[in-house]
Amino acid sequence: MNFFINIGRNTLNTLRGVGAASIMLFQALVGKPQPRKMFPLLIRQLYVVGVQSMLIILISGLFIGMVLGLQGYTILVDFGAEQALGPMVALSLLRELGPVVTALLFAGRAGSALTAEIGLMRATEQLSSLEMMAVDPLRRVVAPRFWAGFISMPLLALMFSAIGIYGGFLVGVQWLGVDDGAFWSVMQASVEWQNDIMNGVIKSLVFAIVVTWIALYKGYTAAPTSPGISAATTQTVVYSSLAVLGLDFILTAVMFG
Amino acid sequence: MDNLVEVKDIYFKRGDTLIYEDVSVQVPRGKVTAIMGPSGCGKTTLLRLIGGQLKPQKGSIRFADYEITKLGRSQLFEARKRMSMLFQSGALFSDLTVFENVAFPLREHTDLPADIIATVVKMKLEAVGLRGAGTLFPQELSGGMARRAALARSIALDPELIMYDEPFAGQDPISMGMLVKLIRSLNSTLGLTSIVVSHDIHEVMSIADHVVILANKTVVGQGSPEELKQNGNALVQQFLQGEPDGPVPFHYPASEYKSDLLAGGRAK
Amino acid sequence: MEMRKIELLVGVFISVAIAALIFLALQVANQSNALRGETYTLYAKFDNIGGLKVRSPVKVGGVVVGRVASIELDSEYFEPVVEMRISNKYAKFPETSTASILTSGLLGEQYIGLEPGFMDDDIFVLADGDSIFNTNSAMVLENLIGQFLFSQGDD
Repeated sequence: MNFFINIGRNTLNTLRGVGAASIMLFQALVGKPQPRKMFPLLIRQLYVVGVQSMLIILISGLFIGMVLGLQGYTILVDFGAEQALGPMVALSLLRELGPVVTALLFAGRAGSALTAEIGLMRATEQLSSLEMMAVDPLRRVVAPRFWAGFISMPLLALMFSAIGIYGGFLVGVQWLGVDDGAFWSVMQASVEWQNDIMNGVIKSLVFAIVVTWIALYKGYTAAPTSPGISAATTQTVVYSSLAVLGLDFILTAVMFG
Repeated sequence: MDNLVEVKDIYFKRGDTLIYEDVSVQVPRGKVTAIMGPSGCGKTTLLRLIGGQLKPQKGSIRFADYEITKLGRSQLFEARKRMSMLFQSGALFSDLTVFENVAFPLREHTDLPADIIATVVKMKLEAVGLRGAGTLFPQELSGGMARRAALARSIALDPELIMYDEPFAGQDPISMGMLVKLIRSLNSTLGLTSIVVSHDIHEVMSIADHVVILANKTVVGQGSPEELKQNGNALVQQFLQGEPDGPVPFHYPASEYKSDLLAGGRAK
Repeated sequence: MEMRKIELLVGVFISVAIAALIFLALQVANQSNALRGETYTLYAKFDNIGGLKVRSPVKVGGVVVGRVASIELDSEYFEPVVEMRISNKYAKFPETSTASILTSGLLGEQYIGLEPGFMDDDIFVLADGDSIFNTNSAMVLENLIGQFLFSQGDD
């Protein structure tokens, strides 16, 4: 009996949360655009969300590409198929690792920071104070951060894939001696613009919406206390990671299934 | 008497907690109205209700020509352009300098050229004695200075109503004195209407024209400071005299002392 | 931080992303223009298409000239009809051309090998929407083995 009550209560609470989050996003994004006011705010948020995540993305991408090169080589060389290293590295990065790992790192780096920042603005009454100054915090605080996340994530994922492929090239060709020409030409023969690169970008856009949305909603509704903000930050990372992995399966099934 | 704000028969519940049972408050135009009461009686909540950040379940709140409880989102923002609120923490934007903080409402709501904005900001900062501190960031200010900077920001657009949420809490006697003087002088020089929420009786009684005492989810006394001192209500007297025991009991409601002790380890 | 510096860094950020995109487009992705730009459609009927799939390549002498756009079953004769999109760069195949379903390598993917036929005065050039009549179907391993055993028994 209690079991069913718990299921019912949790379902209703989840639905309520999703509803409230949707209303928040709708109010933040729908309305008369004010490009002159929004643009400087967007630039600033692109800096916070995008530029500051760039280093970790580039370094992780390079290392993941290098590991892929090393692992792929040791497996493929047994079949005498080391020329297939190029497509293996490129396809795994473009289709999966680029969008997914970028989204996970983004949730940890930028998402948690967004939640904590907005949670603190709530706790220090900055959001209330904006409201009382007749400035809508959803338009002023939430919207530019959302767009910055939406724009940054696919760009970061592209960087991740590009530098990862370069890392695979470094290990495969420069170190392990796979033929330079074969590495690139076999890769080019099997990677397609529409199917592989664009689908990766689309995945990345979906992840961008989900991760940024969760981070903003969790920050905006965080309890204005230290434990409240720390819990909200943790939830941002946990929920967005789970959402990214779950959605990745669905998107992969739809795109490549 | 001409009232700028009129709160009528408010019934307000937050979650399952009843905050107000039946509260009516009048705020006369051009005067300083103080709202006092024991901690936790919902003084700040009243300000948030007037500002439209919370909505009561029953009753009406009128500000100027607006019926706050019935406004939509955009109308509410219109009404809020004519009022402002000084938050307990100051709520300055931590990523902007003091100057930019004060300029913020001007930049948001007006299309004034940069040099006029600069002039207005300097005037407002001069009024609170912080013209020299414009380039500082909020975290470089002392508590009292932060509150004065926030005050400069809240008067930037020359509002009709300004609400102070615990302006004296945690201030040393000197900055408290400065704030008392500021609230009084701003009210008379700018023709503002002020609402001060506080429980610093002496400071408040010295500047208020009209005092409202909230307790037990309702208004227990209302009038000028002199009238209140004559008020026969025991609760009002306990609050004004600061007596530790009285209608507001010293003890949180508990079971009988002796039997609780005899019960040993089990709390009753 | 100063706004100019932020603008500069955001500019660098966007530029790096564009550089990454260009790198992916030019160095990593498939550059054969067979499917980009203008194409025309040819049809071919086979008895059996084996493992041919939509998007499988169409090759002439190993060069990719187009791709399989769709595979459907003819409702009248129950024969698979393959629709191919061929790049306009490679037009003017004669109607005597042959389409065969071939396999690249021993275990590789299947593709359509197009073999241009002879050209003569009374022979038409294949245009958009035409069909190729000379086709060789995919080899099915079971049939091959069956034929082999059958011919053994004959001797």
